[in-house]
Amino acid sequence: MKLGKFILKRILQTIPLLVIVSIISFFIIRLSPVDPLAELRLNPSISQETLAKEKARLGLDKPIIVQYGLWAKSFVKGDLGITSNGEKVSVKLIERIPNTLILTLIVIFMTWSVGVPLGILGAIYNKTKLDRILTILSSVGMAIPSFFFAILLLIFAVKTGWFPVGGLTSYDFNDMNFLGKFFDIAHHLVLPVTVLFTLSLAGLQRQMRANMLDVLDSDYIKFARAKGLSENKIIFKHALRNAINPMITLLGFEFAGLLSGAALTEYVFQYPGLGRLILEAVMKSDINLVMASLMIGSIMLVLGNLLADILLLITDPRVRG
Amino acid sequence: MKLLDIKNLNLSFKMENGVFPALYDVSLSLNKGEIHALVGESGCGKTMTAMSIIKLLPKNAIITSGEIIYNDTDILKSSDKELRNIRGSKIALIPQDPMTSLNPLYTIGNQLLEIIEKDKSLTKEEMREKCIEVLELVKLPDPKNKLDIYPHELSGGMKQRVIIAMALASKAEIIIADEPTTALDVTIQAQIMKLLNEIKKEFNTSILLITHDLGLVGEYADEISVMYSGRIVENARKDEFFNNTLHPYSKALMGALPANTNDKILKTIDGQPPNLQEEIIGCRFSPRCEDCDITVCQELPCLKEKTPNHFVSCHKV
Ligand SMILES: Nc1ncnc2c1ncn2[C@@H]1O[C@H](COP(=O)(O)OP(=O)(O)OP(=O)(O)O)[C@@H](O)[C@H]1O
Ligand SMILES: [Mg+2]
Repeated sequence: MKLGKFILKRILQTIPLLVIVSIISFFIIRLSPVDPLAELRLNPSISQETLAKEKARLGLDKPIIVQYGLWAKSFVKGDLGITSNGEKVSVKLIERIPNTLILTLIVIFMTWSVGVPLGILGAIYNKTKLDRILTILSSVGMAIPSFFFAILLLIFAVKTGWFPVGGLTSYDFNDMNFLGKFFDIAHHLVLPVTVLFTLSLAGLQRQMRANMLDVLDSDYIKFARAKGLSENKIIFKHALRNAINPMITLLGFEFAGLLSGAALTEYVFQYPGLGRLILEAVMKSDINLVMASLMIGSIMLVLGNLLADILLLITDPRVRG
Repeated sequence: MKLLDIKNLNLSFKMENGVFPALYDVSLSLNKGEIHALVGESGCGKTMTAMSIIKLLPKNAIITSGEIIYNDTDILKSSDKELRNIRGSKIALIPQDPMTSLNPLYTIGNQLLEIIEKDKSLTKEEMREKCIEVLELVKLPDPKNKLDIYPHELSGGMKQRVIIAMALASKAEIIIADEPTTALDVTIQAQIMKLLNEIKKEFNTSILLITHDLGLVGEYADEISVMYSGRIVENARKDEFFNNTLHPYSKALMGALPANTNDKILKTIDGQPPNLQEEIIGCRFSPRCEDCDITVCQELPCLKEKTPNHFVSCHKV
């Protein structure tokens, strides 16, 4: 009950935020000298009728405030307009969102299950050889530009033929049985996941190490030691939970961050995700698509934070109040 | 009867620019059922002395010599396992800041149980009863309902009571109270000190009371040691100490007591205590000492018994 009320309150709080984001994005896009319909006009397969309908929907001859009102009205109704190819934006997004979610969730899951233990090790063995090696490895991981790394992997994949390049599924995907489909997708995910995993692992590991070091130095850990508890209990019961809590907030940002951070990687591997869609939309100045993507990005950020807050509510009694 | 005996403890800190001594030849003993007060300014080494007793020191601390005898064995030579059996079971700690010494993520009951469940013979139900019993002993109101709440729901004084309850739950023979009331406001301070004193009387517990408040000492201590810059400079029974203060530093501390300043202006001791890395020839108090005599104080004084059971380390006494 309390949880339900909290979630409802948080969702209501995010509405003004989304409105502000939409206003800013809308004005920046509309104030740029790009004609929103230029691409559509150039596309011979778009009929005059569609063009006229889109013109009316956007209200391009009206003042910009009215234009925003019209956009907001159709956004709330779920009508996001059409892309420069004449496809419905909403259909395009719905097709891409699950792909990006799969990629993002796998990467987050992997970075957490590797980064958190490595961070703990680094803190427990602070200033020993092990810690130094981990620090050097994570510096290397942080220093490699993701774009460059992605291209290297791409070359590797092409040369060896070990990994498929591009897409999420093979051409004969529809003929496969369930297990086959699963492995096919996994096979396609290996390279993009590797790049994004390397990219975000180092930061997470360092953050965890720093948190853990802070916690190990705290009064309650010293007191737990003075109580004569075993080292295992001190680390895994008392220190770990306290060190992970601040990471949960980070998780919310990571969720949204990967969406945009993945764009380049998705592009290199021709992965059919949201990031690549946005990148291509911007390059083609496909206004409707850019605007919708920006909104999806903010909604993801808000959702990520909401999720993190709910998790924190469960793990930290001080938040429950 | 000496329950705990620290003999000539020397401790140094390893730092980037060298190794610096922090405790010199500290000797201190605790008698059964008594409060021994360890007094001194901030940074003089009180906490390091206390933490040596349970061998919980910063990573860069090195004990260079000395022994700490408890139950005929030297704690400093004990294994980790033996130490864990001493910590929180035989020797309990009451830390300086109760606000931050309890883990914010676990309930009071959970953290109290960690001590009680060391006694493997108890059933779940008995453990719970024991928790409530010790919380009653420290006069925490409504103890039954306190078990399931989190530390942030308690005030500082209440938290300190919970921590004292942990010491009671362990039936510790020795309690190290490191400035147990510094973080609390004055009225709560008095209550906590009264509680500790009652525990001493009721359970015959020995308490090492670390403080910079000589007022507390006058009221509750049985024996007093004054520490200055890593050394014990004076040691005596309480009455002897207050009636016949010998060391110039102790006298200055007494002079700084509000009750002893008749002219309404609080007297302070001029200057700062030296820091660890500062080299001082001879007596470490000499730069601040009103009675200092360059000719004799250039040599390091050692602790001598001036009158029976009254030790002082000063050339001028
Ligand atoms: N890890 C460390 N490395 C170097 N020096 C340290 C370290 N820990 C403590 N010290 C120094 O050792 C000295 C003694 O510290 P200690 O904590 O025992 O003082 P204290 O008498 O308890 O002071 P307070 O009243 O402020 O608690 C201080 O000068 C302090 O700066
Ligand atoms: Mg201290």
